[in-house]
Amino acid sequence: MTDVAIRCEGLAKQYRIGERESYKTIRDVITDAFVSPFRHFRSALRHSRNSSSAEKPNIWALNDVSFEIKPGEVVGIIGRNGAGKSTLLKILSRITEPTRGHADVWGRIGSLLEVGTGFHPELTGRDNIFLNGAILGMRRAEVARKFDEIVAFAEVEKFIDTPVKRYSSGMYVRLAFAVAAHMETEILLVDEVLAVGDAQFQKKCFEKFRQISTGGRAIVFVSHNMSAMRAVCQNGIVLDRGGMVTLGEINEVVDGYLARLNQQSPTIEPAETESFILEEVLITSSEGPVIKTFDDVEIRVTATAKTDIADPGMYVGVLTMEGQRVAGLDFKDFQTISPVRAGESVAIGFRISEFPILPGIYELELHLKDMGHHKIEFVPRRTSFEVVESPIYGGRKIDSWYGQIGLRARAFAESPFLVRAQNDESQAR
Amino acid sequence: MSDVTIMEATSSRAVSEPLVERSELPHTRIEPSKGWISLGLKDLWQYRELLFFLTWRDIKVRYKQTALGAAWAIIQPLFTMLVFTLFFGRLAKVPSDGIPYPLFSYTALLPWQLFAYALTESSNSVVANERLITKVYFPRLVVPLASILAGLVDFVIAFTLVVGMMVWYGIRPTWAILTLPFFVVFAMATALGVGLWLSALNVQYRDVRYTLNFIVQFWLFASPVAYSSTLVPARWRPFYGLNPMAGVIEGFRWALLGKAQAPGAMLWVSVVVVALVLVGGLYYYRRMEKTFADVV
Repeated sequence: MTDVAIRCEGLAKQYRIGERESYKTIRDVITDAFVSPFRHFRSALRHSRNSSSAEKPNIWALNDVSFEIKPGEVVGIIGRNGAGKSTLLKILSRITEPTRGHADVWGRIGSLLEVGTGFHPELTGRDNIFLNGAILGMRRAEVARKFDEIVAFAEVEKFIDTPVKRYSSGMYVRLAFAVAAHMETEILLVDEVLAVGDAQFQKKCFEKFRQISTGGRAIVFVSHNMSAMRAVCQNGIVLDRGGMVTLGEINEVVDGYLARLNQQSPTIEPAETESFILEEVLITSSEGPVIKTFDDVEIRVTATAKTDIADPGMYVGVLTMEGQRVAGLDFKDFQTISPVRAGESVAIGFRISEFPILPGIYELELHLKDMGHHKIEFVPRRTSFEVVESPIYGGRKIDSWYGQIGLRARAFAESPFLVRAQNDESQAR
Repeated sequence: MSDVTIMEATSSRAVSEPLVERSELPHTRIEPSKGWISLGLKDLWQYRELLFFLTWRDIKVRYKQTALGAAWAIIQPLFTMLVFTLFFGRLAKVPSDGIPYPLFSYTALLPWQLFAYALTESSNSVVANERLITKVYFPRLVVPLASILAGLVDFVIAFTLVVGMMVWYGIRPTWAILTLPFFVVFAMATALGVGLWLSALNVQYRDVRYTLNFIVQFWLFASPVAYSSTLVPARWRPFYGLNPMAGVIEGFRWALLGKAQAPGAMLWVSVVVVALVLVGGLYYYRRMEKTFADVV
């Protein structure tokens, strides 16, 4: 072991439930003062000293977390909401104190828990760069030296003397990120800031991170965007309900985490229609434990016939959680199935190549059919599944503007100017 | 690529492990603080530029989008002075130690406004800067300090009027004017001392916000702004100094106008009171600040 940037040992943070947001008023305190002597008296009588602390439910937002990060290492912290990711960053950035344990940090810490912290809307871009720099702990001279670089990175040269309240949200975020990205601290803590800006800017941020880490600085990175995690981090830490679950190479950690997420949402739900008992509906990817956009996907339905089915059929629809139909497949368009006797079980389904559905939670709608008896039976329960990440659009966060379908596209730009230039060339020839 | 090492939960082993430190890097240990903590003045010094920038921000933003701008800094004490002159000076004929009443009350209003502004702003400062406090680390003392320093600009603007008034009334300053900076600092120290207590309390108990107006109003009438402290019997004057603003205001009048008596025992009582309130406030604030981010 040569050197360490951050070392945490048994870090734990306890919050009283509802401690945040609920500040007391003097009245509460006075009431408490009148009530609690009796409470103490009562509890003393019962020999249960702990009862007063037991009355206030505590939660451990972080519990016994230990790890070590080396200089030049980029570590991603993964976990669901409330897993303790932000609490960990807050402790490391000294915003809040741990309840137990300690962390040793070698070097200055820069934290980027929220872009634009301390930006004042009335001040100009120029003023805010200096103000924000000072808030982040940069020296004035340091900011001045990097000023042009920051402005260029944020691409706001023209508006640098305009109050930031007149900025578009994109410009605002770019400027804020640019200041923070130019901090020269040995350690950088980043919380979910890459979910901002356009694809071009995100790419720039990734590159900046890589540049920072190759410069021997350590980065701790929190995001829900797994593609970003894979792109930026080398190692990952999974937190679950405050505790540390895994720690290791980023791709393994992300795969494991996503697989566990998927297990937690069961795809098997027993259901029954007039003529079938539905045993299983599975949607799996041939590429791994989770479904990603453009994976080859298999939808497999296992059902047992309750009566003789003369001409069995099936329809599968893919619906958004709002019930909007994204796609549908009808078995009869592909092939026919031989009759099924009562009590017989069949497994039918579809193999779909390059499943183009974008990340999100979807539902499978099933109709089981007996065309011989002109019966279409709706399966009363839908099966939900999640597409967890997409390799397209620069791996950025997919929002509603992208719809549900991933398009394999290539961008191009032409101007009449370019065309004319080409024409001139051909004429000259 | 480098790999993450899983640390064992038993810390004894890990602590005894030798560390190879990269030469000059500062080492910080993050752990739960216990008992009395240091004031962290060294840390504060390191963040002096932040103090400067926050003060500068407050000043720059203060009169944005106002029609009269910085004129407000003069208008407020000026109109208060006119009202006082009319009611206390002319109608109630409050004695003013032989100084023209308008000048008498305006010289008191200067430190008073500085104090009232600093007290109000600093008490609200921690809550007002909530976003900063929950998102970034810096010595928390910077916040109330910056809001107090920002008040100096108003003071300087309002001060220009007193110079004009002294010329008008033909009052020459004496050597005592050299002590003026002391009284300015003293007024701010008083505001800081009380402001530290109130701002830390405000994080937990928002009642502070509502009592603040009342406190300031009450304090104004308890201080010799509209009247002279000579109204108080000489015997009781040292006790009057328990209100530090009595010492500040009388001292200010003496330093600027030189006509009234130099404040004696009363001032020293005030100094002691402020010192106690300030040191207590600093420690209380430091003790409470670790919970700011969780509670505010």
